[in-house]
Amino acid sequence: MHNIFVYCEIEDGQVAEVSLELLSKGRSLANRLKCKLEAVVIGSDIKGIEKQIFPFGADVVHIADDNRLYPYLTLPHAAIVRGLFEDEKPQIGLFGASSVGRDLAPRIASALKCGLTADCTSLEIGDHTENKTQKEYKDLLYQIRPAFGGNIIATIINPETRPQLATVREGVMKKEHVSSDHKGIVKNIDPSKWLKDEDFAIRIIERHIESRKVNIKNAGIIVAGGYGVGSKENFRLLYDLAAVLGGEVAGSRAAVDGGFIEHERQVGQTGVTVRPKLYIACGISGQIQHRAGMDQSAIIISVNNDPHAPINQIADYTIIGDITEIIPKMIKFYQKNTK
Amino acid sequence: MRLCLILRRKNLMYICHLIFKMNHKKMKGLKIIVLAKQVPDTRNVGKDAMKADGTVNRAALPAIFNPEDLNALELALRVKDNNPDASITIITMGPGRAAEIIREAMYRGADKGYVVTDRKFAGSDTLATSYALSLAIKKLAPYHLVIAGRQAIDGDTAQVGPQVAEKLGIPQITYAEEITSLKKGEISVKRRLERGVETVASSMPVVITAHSSAPECRSRHAKYTIKYKHARSLSELQDTSEDYLQLQKDRPYLLIEEWSVEDVGADVQQLGLSGSPTKVKKIENVIFTAKESKVLSATDKDIEGLMKELIENHTIG
Ligand SMILES: Cc1cc2nc3c(=O)[nH]c(=O)nc-3n(C[C@H](O)[C@H](O)[C@H](O)COP(=O)(O)OP(=O)(O)OC[C@H]3O[C@@H](n4cnc5c(N)ncnc54)[C@H](O)[C@@H]3O)c2cc1C
Ligand SMILES: Cc1cc2nc3c(=O)[nH]c(=O)nc-3n(C[C@H](O)[C@H](O)[C@H](O)COP(=O)(O)OP(=O)(O)OC[C@H]3O[C@@H](n4cnc5c(N)ncnc54)[C@H](O)[C@@H]3O)c2cc1C
Repeated sequence: MHNIFVYCEIEDGQVAEVSLELLSKGRSLANRLKCKLEAVVIGSDIKGIEKQIFPFGADVVHIADDNRLYPYLTLPHAAIVRGLFEDEKPQIGLFGASSVGRDLAPRIASALKCGLTADCTSLEIGDHTENKTQKEYKDLLYQIRPAFGGNIIATIINPETRPQLATVREGVMKKEHVSSDHKGIVKNIDPSKWLKDEDFAIRIIERHIESRKVNIKNAGIIVAGGYGVGSKENFRLLYDLAAVLGGEVAGSRAAVDGGFIEHERQVGQTGVTVRPKLYIACGISGQIQHRAGMDQSAIIISVNNDPHAPINQIADYTIIGDITEIIPKMIKFYQKNTK
Repeated sequence: MRLCLILRRKNLMYICHLIFKMNHKKMKGLKIIVLAKQVPDTRNVGKDAMKADGTVNRAALPAIFNPEDLNALELALRVKDNNPDASITIITMGPGRAAEIIREAMYRGADKGYVVTDRKFAGSDTLATSYALSLAIKKLAPYHLVIAGRQAIDGDTAQVGPQVAEKLGIPQITYAEEITSLKKGEISVKRRLERGVETVASSMPVVITAHSSAPECRSRHAKYTIKYKHARSLSELQDTSEDYLQLQKDRPYLLIEEWSVEDVGADVQQLGLSGSPTKVKKIENVIFTAKESKVLSATDKDIEGLMKELIENHTIG
């Protein structure tokens, strides 16, 4: 009772990255609150799925395995999670802020009449005293999230209702392997307990999901280009620099819209959130939506011909000038000094 | 050769048109409700919208039609293009001035609109907001489609659409890009997912949320702009002249109705702060402070110095 639950998304028999990251966060919250971490997996043909989950610290894995439950459909998944939450009464429930999680979590919050905080960038435990009543609440989940287009950061709490639900985007929490021999309990769910015929009111006619090709999220070094790079040809320079440094290439939305680079490599609010040890922003002005996806980078270098570009304010180093001149020099002097 | 191409193109277009017609059998009296929110334009918080302390001056931001709600309106208008006797009703919850976006929707082809407005709604989180909106929708029953935007650019939660669907007890189709077919009692919708697309079919009524990749909303139509130019809500009419009130009386379609808590039959306990399980504990403005930054030039000396420094402190190499 009153444990932490993580809804685990499945794609092609694999637990999604975002779910593993949430399990890691859930583990540390569970340690802090001295409660258990439980995972929920709903899908089809997922025998043995717990093996992917236990190494991230789950104490219990609830599995609903039924051929009607994959690919994801809102109503059947919502019915099962809702039923399980009503029985188990978790204190916290975490979902990915993904196409699936942001479709599912609000439906559950509405059914259970409890609070849900979208797109959290940080989750902490803390106390609260209600101003009016002086009532004290211990060990609440502080759900910290940007809103207002990234211009404000709000700390949200749900003092009265349980579970406290939150969604978190991929790449925000750190994935941490607890131990390969960490073992927990498997509990099989009988889905028919909660499913009704009406839950299948929607059927999937066609589905095209691309497998992930590039993974800028885990790159330690990112060379990112913006609209200021000017062309797809100039982007070659960035690929060259990334190749010698052992990094990945990313872009701003303006670079994606300009056709210089594919959407999968977009960093920012509507792209990927990254936190490499080095982020080189070339010809990127640094609008808030872009910064939201990269301002946690350890070191930021801005290469820009405008000394007043907003990105320079968060950069550790700013090189003023044209990218076509500067990038080849960076390659040259890197090679010269590492030989 | 060229002529032949044109002919072929024409044929192809005709076939496409036929397929489209087949997939969009006319439905009589189809009722579409579009949920739209008036929001501050948070997308381009420029220098003039910043206060001296580096925080956002919300009052300086223009109030606009939430962008994805315009995509929602366009999806509705396309259904109406094929079903001329369909009706589109806008519901917005907010302060009285939100009637502005209803007028804007009317200029583009919506038929009617309601402003759900009452001080008691203030401070509602998404749960309380969707409770209020679902009651307003129920008042308009029977309806076939409820179309919302995916996300509002101020609260940024994307929760209201699915929560409204749950409160109405009907299915939901999120992130819609296109309505691919609409036949008796069944609708097919193409959805834009993170890493792909999916087409689903659903019974009706259903709640759909529109993704920004859905077609952009058409611009104002001259005919409707003239017709609805004087559409007003009661609170907007408060200080107007007798003549103007008479005009409203003669043309009832010009009235934008306002609904209060009592009108939608809401339980006050489930609204506003008391009906909202989430509480904002703290708000910080993102302050644009400058970090200590080393400024370098494009000279060989500066760039070689930087690369050496990065190699020495093991950032690279
Ligand atoms: C809802 C919403 C979501 C968004 N999501 C994202 C997102 O996820 N990611 C994102 O990146 N953006 C996002 N944006 C867009 C964002 O607001 C900016 O428009 C975008 O980041 C600008 O890209 P940019 O910096 O490449 O282009 P610009 O703003 O055009 O900047 C180009 C820069 O290049 C410099 N420059 C030009 N020529 C040269 C040269 N030869 N050498 C060196 N420097 C040069 C210029 O000085 C300028 O600073 C979003 C916007 C909205 C409204
Ligand atoms: C800083 C801050 C953070 C917040 N965080 C949370 C949070 O984490 N969880 C939470 O529950 N609430 C939160 N809220 C409250 C929330 O913003 C409001 O409840 C708001 O009324 C609806 O949420 P939204 O703007 O996110 O809408 P979304 O859910 O993003 O809107 C989706 C769609 O629903 C429709 N819609 C939404 N509101 C209306 C309306 N008033 N009238 C007509 N149609 C509408 C529109 O079609 C819209 O495109 C927060 C508020 C603030 C100021």
